[in-house]
Amino acid sequence: MTGMDESLEREVAEPRSAAVANSENIAVAVGLKLLGAGAVLILIGLVLVLSLLSPYFLSPRNLGNILAQTAVVCVVAMGQHLVILTKGIDLSVGSNLALASVLGALSFHAGASTLTVVAVMVVAGAAVGAVNGLFYVYGRLPHPFIITLATLSIAKGIALQLADGRAIPGMPPAIRSLGQEAFAGLPGSVFVVAGVAGLMFVLTQSTVWGRWVYAVGGKADAAVRMGIPVSAVLVSTYVISGTCAGIGAVLLAGRTDAGSPLFGNLLELDTIAAVIIGGASFLGGRGHIGHALIGAIMIGVIRNALNLLNVGVFYQLIVIGVVIVIAVEADVLRNHLESRMRVLRAETGP
Amino acid sequence: MTQHLPEAHPQHPVLSVSGACKRFGSVVALDNVSIDVHRGEILALLGDNGAGKSTLIKCISGVHRLDAGDVVIDGAANVLRSPADARLAGIETVYQDLALFDNLTPAQNFFAGREIAGPRWFPRAMRFLNKRKMDEQTRSLIQSLNVSLPHLDAVVALMSGGQRQAIAVARSAVFARKVVILDEPTAALGQRESRKVLDLIGALRDRGNAIILITHNMEHVTELACRAVVLRQGRRVGELVPTRDNKQELVSMIVGA
Ligand SMILES: Nc1ncnc2c1ncn2[C@@H]1O[C@H](COP(=O)(O)OP(=O)(O)O)[C@@H](O)[C@H]1O
Ligand SMILES: [Mg+2]
Repeated sequence: MTGMDESLEREVAEPRSAAVANSENIAVAVGLKLLGAGAVLILIGLVLVLSLLSPYFLSPRNLGNILAQTAVVCVVAMGQHLVILTKGIDLSVGSNLALASVLGALSFHAGASTLTVVAVMVVAGAAVGAVNGLFYVYGRLPHPFIITLATLSIAKGIALQLADGRAIPGMPPAIRSLGQEAFAGLPGSVFVVAGVAGLMFVLTQSTVWGRWVYAVGGKADAAVRMGIPVSAVLVSTYVISGTCAGIGAVLLAGRTDAGSPLFGNLLELDTIAAVIIGGASFLGGRGHIGHALIGAIMIGVIRNALNLLNVGVFYQLIVIGVVIVIAVEADVLRNHLESRMRVLRAETGP
Repeated sequence: MTQHLPEAHPQHPVLSVSGACKRFGSVVALDNVSIDVHRGEILALLGDNGAGKSTLIKCISGVHRLDAGDVVIDGAANVLRSPADARLAGIETVYQDLALFDNLTPAQNFFAGREIAGPRWFPRAMRFLNKRKMDEQTRSLIQSLNVSLPHLDAVVALMSGGQRQAIAVARSAVFARKVVILDEPTAALGQRESRKVLDLIGALRDRGNAIILITHNMEHVTELACRAVVLRQGRRVGELVPTRDNKQELVSMIVGA
């Protein structure tokens, strides 16, 4: 890394012809464009290769399977993505989902209506998110890692305690069919994913709040100086992440017809991986909903394909890990190219 | 360049700081400092490193609060509790670190925290951005200030040092109504880029703003400033109308020799 920087500096110091600088300018710009589209390109390539390797892969039934299986990761990853946009992280999403599903199942058995059961799960998720956000911001914690690690443990503990360590079978029929049945040829959960994605897209891209999220992720202290209510913005991202975990609980409880304290194991890793693989920046301020969705689907596709190809679960973990490293390195490379671009622009003038 | 003298401003100063004191623990950063600025003039704030220049302007822009002293804006005493208060009062600041968002475009930077959005009866955070209007205003501002930004839709991270500085200065121009404060705006720039920023500062003054300029460059001071106030170890040690001939006097005032 240092060797690279040194050679870079030497290059800058040498006077070069405008033509050379210009062609490098173009090369860097093309590189940045490719990196921007990287995840989508890789996903398309992956699908092409897999459809050749396994004729079953592109069958409607298998595609439906992939969508149904990735729906939970998709929804929760969209919440995680918001938190990562602000340079944060939410480790509690899996336990949060488990607790919400248990509370939903308990309320169902206590005679609550379908709507109430859904509300219980979503509100429970939002509440855990609020605890995360409030403690992080107003408890002046150095990093959200700590508080969300704590709630990961606490929510899991409460869920296990309430459910006595076991799954609680039984969900209202409407929630069950949402998780299990197809509508117009698509799994019900796909519509939930689409709805959440549409709402998130509008919120992040078209509202003042969305702009504030990007500003806070870009440079929090500058956001304070520009009069943006940084604390409230941060808390809101954790509340939404928790809400997404609650919605994920509804989908998973419907699919399995149960609430369980064992749900959502390692979901934090899957969602963080999805956001990063999809192409959002771990350094904050860069990314959009599409990244979370593409990343989640990519993980789903890789898992599904490795299953179809009879590759063991252990190898799947390794493959996903390798993909994460590639994605993070792509992010580093992008930052490098951007500073190179800046140097070139300063040299050649605007 | 016409030299405005203080007497040329019969009206009251737009910003007046009197008896400003500020301590950080045992460090006395400001000790009974007073300054006035009028509309349409550039006041240079000079002093060695650690003299208290940044502290003084941070107190005016609401980042720090004064331990003692008054800030009077347009004749009315003001308590500036936050940067948002100062901006509301018509004071814009270009900070030494620029306070730009690298991940946003110039237009998004200009309007950060002051987005044009509606409908008005929505809570502020939930209003829909009027991107077209913000882009339009950005484009016309960039044109009227004669800044060259070829890639208006690119994020600021991709821009050169001079362009970034120009964006930070131009942002203050969008909203400046009374006072613009610039903390070493040319420190990191080459000659050509400095030139552009200086022209921009002149344009801001010509629009009727009062300018407080912190710089170490005596050429820039003699070229632009109507008056120069010198701080040393937190105290105001003098004031001059800078000319080519008294540059030496100014320098010895700064270093205290
Ligand atoms: N936030 C702070 N905390 C403690 N000391 C500070 C702080 N800001 C400035 N100082 C001290 O106040 C004095 C004046 O600093 P500053 O206003 O930055 O000077 P200048 O901008 O003129 O170089 C210095 O001694 C500096 O160390
Ligand atoms: Mg300073």
